[in-house]
Amino acid sequence: MIGITLNDYLILSTILFMIGFYGTIRRKNLLMLFFSTEIMLNAVNIGLAAISKFHGDLTGQMFAFFIIAIAASEVAVGLGLLILWFKRHNTIDLDSLQSMKG
Amino acid sequence: MESYLYIALFAPLVGSLFAALFGNTPKKLFTGIVTSGLLGVSLVASLNLLYYVLTTGNIVHVNMLDWIVIGNVNIPFGFVVDQVSVTMMVVVTTVSTMVHIHSIGYMDHDRSFNRFFAWLSAFVFSMMILVMSDNFAGLFIGWEGVGLCSWGLIGFWYHKADIEKSNDIEKSPFSTLSPYSSISPGYAANEAFIMNRVADLAMLVGLFLIFWNLGTLQYDEVFAKIGGLDHGTVVAIAIFLFIGAMGKSAQFPFNQWLANAMEGPTPVSALIHAATMVTAGVYLVIRANEIFTIVPEVGYFIACLGAFVAIFAASQALVATNMKKIIAFSTLSQLGYMFVAAGLGAYWVALFHLATHAFFKSVLFLGAGNVMHAMNDEINIKKMGGLKAYMPQTALIMTIASVALAGIFPLAGFFSKDLILEVAFGAHAYIIWAILWITAGLTAFYSFRLVMYVFYGKENWSHNKEDENYQHPHETYSYVIAAMAPLALLAIVAGWFKAPFVEMITQKLPELEIHVSSMTLWTLILITSAIALSGIAYAVLRYNKKGTYWSETFKDRFCYKLLANQYYMPHLLENVINKPYLALSKFSWKELDMKLIDAIVDGIAKGIYGGGEAGTAMQSGNLSKALKWMAIGIFVLLILVVAFSNLK
Repeated sequence: MIGITLNDYLILSTILFMIGFYGTIRRKNLLMLFFSTEIMLNAVNIGLAAISKFHGDLTGQMFAFFIIAIAASEVAVGLGLLILWFKRHNTIDLDSLQSMKG
Repeated sequence: MESYLYIALFAPLVGSLFAALFGNTPKKLFTGIVTSGLLGVSLVASLNLLYYVLTTGNIVHVNMLDWIVIGNVNIPFGFVVDQVSVTMMVVVTTVSTMVHIHSIGYMDHDRSFNRFFAWLSAFVFSMMILVMSDNFAGLFIGWEGVGLCSWGLIGFWYHKADIEKSNDIEKSPFSTLSPYSSISPGYAANEAFIMNRVADLAMLVGLFLIFWNLGTLQYDEVFAKIGGLDHGTVVAIAIFLFIGAMGKSAQFPFNQWLANAMEGPTPVSALIHAATMVTAGVYLVIRANEIFTIVPEVGYFIACLGAFVAIFAASQALVATNMKKIIAFSTLSQLGYMFVAAGLGAYWVALFHLATHAFFKSVLFLGAGNVMHAMNDEINIKKMGGLKAYMPQTALIMTIASVALAGIFPLAGFFSKDLILEVAFGAHAYIIWAILWITAGLTAFYSFRLVMYVFYGKENWSHNKEDENYQHPHETYSYVIAAMAPLALLAIVAGWFKAPFVEMITQKLPELEIHVSSMTLWTLILITSAIALSGIAYAVLRYNKKGTYWSETFKDRFCYKLLANQYYMPHLLENVINKPYLALSKFSWKELDMKLIDAIVDGIAKGIYGGGEAGTAMQSGNLSKALKWMAIGIFVLLILVVAFSNLK
């Protein structure tokens, strides 16, 4: 049986990243946008952890932890803001977020 | 003695700067007095230097400060007072002091009184630099300085509007029968300035040639080394320097600006366009005599051109009715005389005539200024007449100056002009001599034609206030007459100092060698005086008999129109140079500049502006669209990274 190589992990990571990226661009729902961003971050995490494992260097996994921590706090802040927005405007559609239009 | 040198040089500059402080303010009498006083100081210092050079035979040479020192090049601000420059200094300061005092009266009612004195003193300062410099570079600075001040003074009344061009000989600005000297003062100023720039280009080439071949511009070093150059180079240097002199001294074909420069105030004409600046060309030839002596063929050309200009200008003065233009043509004619002398190697004779001419011509102009001032700026001599009764002192002074100009014994003009004729005869240039001899007769005639028309005969103006040609002539201020008196006196006596002058000047300039017997000499003097006297007699007698000359008989003939239109020189310049140049400039402007260069510059700006305008569509404020743009940006950058990493 052929073992799982680094390439397989990286392909998985790329596929996940592309899914997240597609979601970020296409989705109009702010909540979905957060999901997509999380998918992208975790795609990167998979890449980092895999490379770290195959190179025998723990730095990549450490980075993955950092990213998870930062992503969690970011989502915490982001969701707070999102709820605030929903309470005011009763929508979380991206097209309604246009107060910065010049 | 050095301090006298600095005083003589810088007193006019101080005066000019002082007057310039008040340049924009209404008339203040003290600017005129202060500048005149400082000019007087400069005059005294110059006379002191003259006395020193005359008695001791030493020269004063100072190196004020270094100017250009690069490698082997060393051009200092050095000044020299030798026999030649001290003569020029005394002439310049004498005439300018008197002209300054005269101007206080003449510019009395002018609102730019202070500005006038600032320019006038600045001119004297530039002229002093020109004559005192000990190298060609300093001379060139003075040369350009006098050109600039001349520009400012010809165009002094720059606010006057342009005169319509016309075919009517009485109204055309190109004709000497019209009251207009040029299209406008501004036009005349630019014409003089630009024409001089053209000639100065040649002069610069001459200076570059000297520097290129000899590596120095100091007079003494250049003259010591010039003999070592090959003949062709010296010929080129001499020709280029002389073209520069032609521009400044208004020799043909650069002659047109001088007559048109009469648009300026009359004291300016007296100082700059008669006595001093226009003689700078003669001074250059005299100063560079070591160069011109080596190439006698160039000298001969100078003499021929001088003789041509002498008769060319004198003939135009025969029919002109514009008073200042008559005197201007006379100046041009006398400059021709000086160039004949200089060209034939009689450098000190040229300098002598320069000095005597400066005295009688400046006073002649100042007299014309008095007349114009009295006659409400009337300039047509046929509209004057009988003024002797109203302004006797001016009449006397102008008559003296005219006699001196005609060259009658024992006035100044006799000594110098006669000497030039002797030189021409002695050099076996008989054609030149004959031309100058005829010109002497013409000079006497037109000078007295002017005097007769202005001061004698019936009054061609009206005492009646209702009449169009009402005039109220009056003698000018007594201090103005007092300022003219020394010049008139010098016009009489300057020639008597020939012997000490010759003794002094021949220490510096080559002595005269005329190989003619004393019998021939006396005959020459006699026939020259005879033609001058008969010119005067004819002018006086015919006027007394008929009250006019030949203009009524001749006025429809071609020759009369030719002379009145200045040989169609202005028309020629207009059609051959001005109009094609204007067409060329318009082509460059409309086709090259606007359609090519402007289009490119505008195109760049329009492209960027249009790009920005189109790009604002991206700034929709929609987060989703912004994210898409960001994605596209990253994508493009990635492609670029891959592409460029592959390129390496």
